[in-house]
Amino acid sequence: MSVIGQNEMLFLLQGLKWTLLLSAIGFIGGGIFGLIIALARTSAHSALRKTAAGYISVFQGTPLLMQLFVVYYGIALVGISVEAWAAVAIAFTLHASAFLGEVWRGGIQAIPKGQTEAANALGLHYISRMKDVILPQAFKVSLPATVGFLVQLIKGTSLAAIVGFIELARAGQIVSNQTYRPLLIFGIVGAIYFIICWPLSLYGTRLENRMAKAAR
Amino acid sequence: MNYVLDFSVVFEKMPDLLMGALATIGLALAGMSLALVVGVIGVAARTSNIRPLRSAVIAFVEVVRNTPFLVQIFFIFFALPMMGIRLNPTATAIIALAVNGGAYAIEIIRGGVDSIHKGQVEAGLALGLHKAQVFRLIVLKPALRAIYPSLTSQFIMLTLTTSVCTSIAAYELTSVAQIIESDTFRSFEVYFTITLMYLVISWMMMGLFALISRHFFSYPVR
Repeated sequence: MSVIGQNEMLFLLQGLKWTLLLSAIGFIGGGIFGLIIALARTSAHSALRKTAAGYISVFQGTPLLMQLFVVYYGIALVGISVEAWAAVAIAFTLHASAFLGEVWRGGIQAIPKGQTEAANALGLHYISRMKDVILPQAFKVSLPATVGFLVQLIKGTSLAAIVGFIELARAGQIVSNQTYRPLLIFGIVGAIYFIICWPLSLYGTRLENRMAKAAR
Repeated sequence: MNYVLDFSVVFEKMPDLLMGALATIGLALAGMSLALVVGVIGVAARTSNIRPLRSAVIAFVEVVRNTPFLVQIFFIFFALPMMGIRLNPTATAIIALAVNGGAYAIEIIRGGVDSIHKGQVEAGLALGLHKAQVFRLIVLKPALRAIYPSLTSQFIMLTLTTSVCTSIAAYELTSVAQIIESDTFRSFEVYFTITLMYLVISWMMMGLFALISRHFFSYPVR
């Protein structure tokens, strides 16, 4: 007898597909909105700055699980019927936009003021100043933290399981209930997450060390 | 859209929710304290002369930090009974929080210990300070001060993570909310309200941490 059948393994891999997809949507969507949040957070208008700061602090001060619940049921309330995966993806996008916005705010503010002044003196507009001067440098500075957040996001997608969405963790729960081998199944599920997250974590640490050395 | 928001059930169940909020704070505080213990012991093991011990700590930290808390809590939930340890879900949740928080605490505390130069200790001894005084004034306090921001933000994360403990039916705010939701079907109202409660809890904790920092760590560095 095999310890875990082919069908079970296939079911887990299908869950993994959704984990990766949710992570990708959350990261890309969160990246786009996060850039807007970061720009608003560092803009010259105080109302924009305060709104962005409020947005960030609400998302950083509440559990990701609650954000999932509120968005999931909130969307249904508004009367828009979207599929479960889309509702969950929207929640992860909002979550990621707040965290990435904060990470990139730090990056933007780490760039010396002289850069902005020089760009101004050269007659560059806001868009070109940001796109060509500030953001490329800010992005480089905040790359380790961005990678760190990606790991956090991948792990976070497991919470979609509690809403009932079948991704890797929920698939593990289902298989574990069928096979009565919870330790083995959750061991495998944990190992799959680890295989995805660990290389990213190592990459983030290496970037950080390299930057620390360069700064010295 | 013809759904009418109705928060009356939430007000009706407010006593239950407040008890749940207290349970969440208790769970968080228990998790933080044990995470600190795990962190200190872990750093001691991480810097010991015994190589397997060092490797074990490194492996523990990497595994915990690269797998989701949800999977960890399920694993622990099923693993403890197999080891002959029977605990209620809330106690199991505290252990899971201690394991998860402990791994992050090890990394943070290690950074703090590394930040103290050997020369400082030698200088303290040369000035005639006691060994205990050197440890308290020259090693412990500056190290704590150095790690305080990352440690407390990790604690806030741990507090928010307690909501995941509902998955093993531990007693805390989210599980209370889930029971109310299944009785009343007022999902949005219930979850919106407890989201605000979590926000208040984490803001209160941030305020408390800031207060502690101002009291203990506000002395000039140079």
